[in-house]
Amino acid sequence: MLNERTLPLISAIIVLLLLYGFGSIAYQGFFGLRLAGYLLTDNAFIIVTAVGMAFVILSGGIDLSVGSMIAFVCALMALLVVKFQIHPVVAIAISVCVGTLFGTVMGLVIAIFKIQPFIVTLAGMFLFRGLGYVINTQQVKIDHPFMSSLSEFGIIIGQGELNFVAIIMILFLALGVIISRYTRFGHNVYAIGGDAQSAALIGVNVPWTTVKVYALSGFYSSVAGVLFAVATGSAYPEIGIAVELDAIAAVVLGGTLLTGGVGYVFGAFIGGMTFGVIQQLINFDGTLNAASTRIVIGALLLLFILLQKIILVWAKKFSAKGSD
Amino acid sequence: MNISNLTKLIKIAVGTTVIALSSAASMAELTIGFAQTGSESGWRTAFTNATKAEAEARGYNFKFSDGQGKQENQIKAIRSFIAQGVDGIVLAPLVTTGWDKVLKEAQRAKIPVVLVDRGLDSDPSLYVTSVGSDFTQEGAMIAAWLAVETEGTCDIVELQGAVGADAAIKRQTGFANVIENFSGMKIIASQTGSWSATGGKEVMESFLKSIGGENICAVWAHNDNMAIGAAQAIKEAGLKPSEDILIGSVDAIAEIFKTMADGETNVTLELSPYQGAAAFDALEAHLAGKDVPKRITVPGGLFYPETAAEEWAKRK
Repeated sequence: MLNERTLPLISAIIVLLLLYGFGSIAYQGFFGLRLAGYLLTDNAFIIVTAVGMAFVILSGGIDLSVGSMIAFVCALMALLVVKFQIHPVVAIAISVCVGTLFGTVMGLVIAIFKIQPFIVTLAGMFLFRGLGYVINTQQVKIDHPFMSSLSEFGIIIGQGELNFVAIIMILFLALGVIISRYTRFGHNVYAIGGDAQSAALIGVNVPWTTVKVYALSGFYSSVAGVLFAVATGSAYPEIGIAVELDAIAAVVLGGTLLTGGVGYVFGAFIGGMTFGVIQQLINFDGTLNAASTRIVIGALLLLFILLQKIILVWAKKFSAKGSD
Repeated sequence: MNISNLTKLIKIAVGTTVIALSSAASMAELTIGFAQTGSESGWRTAFTNATKAEAEARGYNFKFSDGQGKQENQIKAIRSFIAQGVDGIVLAPLVTTGWDKVLKEAQRAKIPVVLVDRGLDSDPSLYVTSVGSDFTQEGAMIAAWLAVETEGTCDIVELQGAVGADAAIKRQTGFANVIENFSGMKIIASQTGSWSATGGKEVMESFLKSIGGENICAVWAHNDNMAIGAAQAIKEAGLKPSEDILIGSVDAIAEIFKTMADGETNVTLELSPYQGAAAFDALEAHLAGKDVPKRITVPGGLFYPETAAEEWAKRK
């Protein structure tokens, strides 16, 4: 089971456990269901975004628009619920559909015109942020009993709570893992990320798969936007700035190769939780400044990229020997 | 390496240590967590440092978290304070909405929360008190200074903050309340400069064109940045700011002291960065079972050109 595909994910899990173990030993209150519940809740929207991002990165692409998409979806939810008095369930459905549609359009532009995803999604990033501002430049409270009951819903386990946001995150994580492993589309994503030309030769519809990848990322980041709106009960057009970078970092920390083709969607969860645990370690310490989070994440990212490189080189040597 | 064995080992190590730590924990000193917005301005950093120094002086076990300008980070910080079982939480809310859930969690954990600097839009029962400066009083103080300076006769132009901002509305009201008492003082033009130096400069330029510099006695800017912009516009119009046209503003950001030392504005009012002490007092009183008022205002102080060079050297 240890090979060049699983090793990065396993190392990511070990790093997460070590960090969590360190926190549990060093700080009172770190170990336990209470903080575990908080970690799942607080990092839910990053993890959901990262699951969508994992598909994009596995396919060899990138999606810079996700942070703006979160802000846009939040603003749209507020507009629909507060101004047009639409029931939140309908508002959620509309918002997620619009977000998925925007993702699809970006995918179409990338696939049809063969423009680099970096450029197309960068344009999307500015566009969605701008649209968010068009809807609203102020903070808006999304006051609706249904929204509050969603955010209040939770399963109490000991001192901890598995709340609505965390439950949805786990469901969408499971959905992502299933799509990546058990559907034709999932296999095609790996194929085009590994080598698009070979994939085309064995009959993968590369453009169509690309469109679906960006649609999926749009879908996942819209869901993340809904989770943000539920968790805070408010919308503000400046939320989610630089979340795209956090999501990419989470995917890479979770052992996915940035060049595509290698990795696991489940790694997005590990990466997102690693991010969250580091942040809480710094909060529990209480004397470090905010820059420490960035420094630790940066160092870990570098370590992981180097580790992946070493594993790849090692795997190539090994397989070359084996074929002799 | 066998992963499952390693995991087991970590779990055992963690379990024993947690038990050891929790039994050894002392209850002698207060543990207070402070969820700061970030470090976006010089004033904010001064506020953080003053609060840290105060906590140290009181012998607190002080947990500081810098939210880096993101609400989600501040929410994470509050939750980490709850998980640590701190005695009290001080929160400087970055935005006004979206705090209900986490404040309810703190309440359920029976941890009191005190707000500093800015208020928020939640049920007041979710926090002990809100400590901050009194915006109305700030406007009134600048107006009182101007009334003395001009002996109650002055045509004023006003540079407002962002439209609808709490601070802008209250500063405007406070100022207007005072000049009402002087028949010779009136606001002849008022427009928003959106809190920025460029905004202040543009609006001042248009005032100078439409009204004429000789007809303006003073500029009342809702913050220092706009005052700096206005001084620039006055200079470019060939007039001497602070002499031909008086300028008064609020905030006491570092740059205003340089501007004042250069003789370009007349007065600023400092939003107290020493709100931490009042917040800690409120927390201690609450923990001792005493009643605490829902709103505690911390007075600010006026600063004049005489001490500006000295203040600039201290703050730059």
